[in-house]
Amino acid sequence: MNASNAQLTRPAAKRTLKLMIVDDSNIMRRRIERSQQFAQLKFVGAAANGVEALALFKRTDPDVVTMDLTMPQMDGVECIEKIVQLKPAVRILVISALNDKATAIDAMERGANGFLNKPFTDRQLTEALAELTRDA
Amino acid sequence: MLQEQELKTFVEGTTNYFEIAAQQPASIGSPYLVSGVPTTYDYTGIITISGKREGVVYFTAPRAMLTVLLMKMQENDFSHENMCDLVGEVANTISGNARRDFGREFVISVPSVVHGERADVSVVAGRRSFVIPINWRSHSAKLVVALK
Repeated sequence: MNASNAQLTRPAAKRTLKLMIVDDSNIMRRRIERSQQFAQLKFVGAAANGVEALALFKRTDPDVVTMDLTMPQMDGVECIEKIVQLKPAVRILVISALNDKATAIDAMERGANGFLNKPFTDRQLTEALAELTRDA
Repeated sequence: MLQEQELKTFVEGTTNYFEIAAQQPASIGSPYLVSGVPTTYDYTGIITISGKREGVVYFTAPRAMLTVLLMKMQENDFSHENMCDLVGEVANTISGNARRDFGREFVISVPSVVHGERADVSVVAGRRSFVIPINWRSHSAKLVVALK
C-alpha cells in the first residue's frame, strides 16, 4: 500500500471542539475544565451565570457548552434558549443537581442535548461529554 | 410531624454527595432532637422550604472535613470561597433530591451559605430540630432538619 492509499483508508480525524463551561460554582467549573483533557475539547472560557455566559458565547463561539441550571441573574434554562437562538448547532450538556424529570424535559425542549445529574463521577462526566460530541 | 420518608430524602441527598463526588460513602450516626438552634460548624449550606412544610434544612461541616473532601475531588484550592462553594453544592444536591421526591408540594429556595461556628440559620424559635450526624473518614458533620 503506498502512502496515498494509506491516507485514504485512515479514519478521518475528529475536529477539535471549543468548550464553554457555565456554572456558579468555582469547584464545578474547575472540575469540568479538568475533564476536557480526555475528550476532543478545547476549553475557551467559563461563566458564573447566564448573563456572563451570553457575553462569553458571543466572544468565543463555542461548539459545546456545559450548563448549570440554578444560577443568579439569568438561570440556565433561559440561557439555553438564548444560546440556541444564536447558534442552533451548539451542543449543550446540562449539569445540575435538579434531578426531577420535569426539569430535564424542560431543558431538553429548550434546546439542551444531554443531562447529567450532580454529583457525578469523572467517568460519568467523560462519558456524557463523549456522547454529546460523538457525531461532531 | 416530619415523616420518616421525608427525613430519608434529605439524608440520602447528603450521603449521596460523598459517595459519588468523593467515591467514599459517609455513614449516619444516631439522629437526635434538639430544642432551639443546633450549633453549626465552620461552613453551612442552607435551603429554606415552604409549602407543605415550612422551615430550613442545612448541612454544616468543619473546615478539615471539607478540605479532605476537596482533595478527594482532585481540587487543590482550599480557599474560603471554595469551602463556601462546596457546602453550597451539598445543599444543592439535598435540594435536588427533595424536588425530585416531593414535587411541587415543597417550594425550595436556592441554597445560601454562611460561615462561622455560631452562624445565624434562622431556625424558628421553639421548634425542635432533627440532627443527623454525618460521619465520613475521621470527620463528623451534621444535617439539621427543622421543619413543621
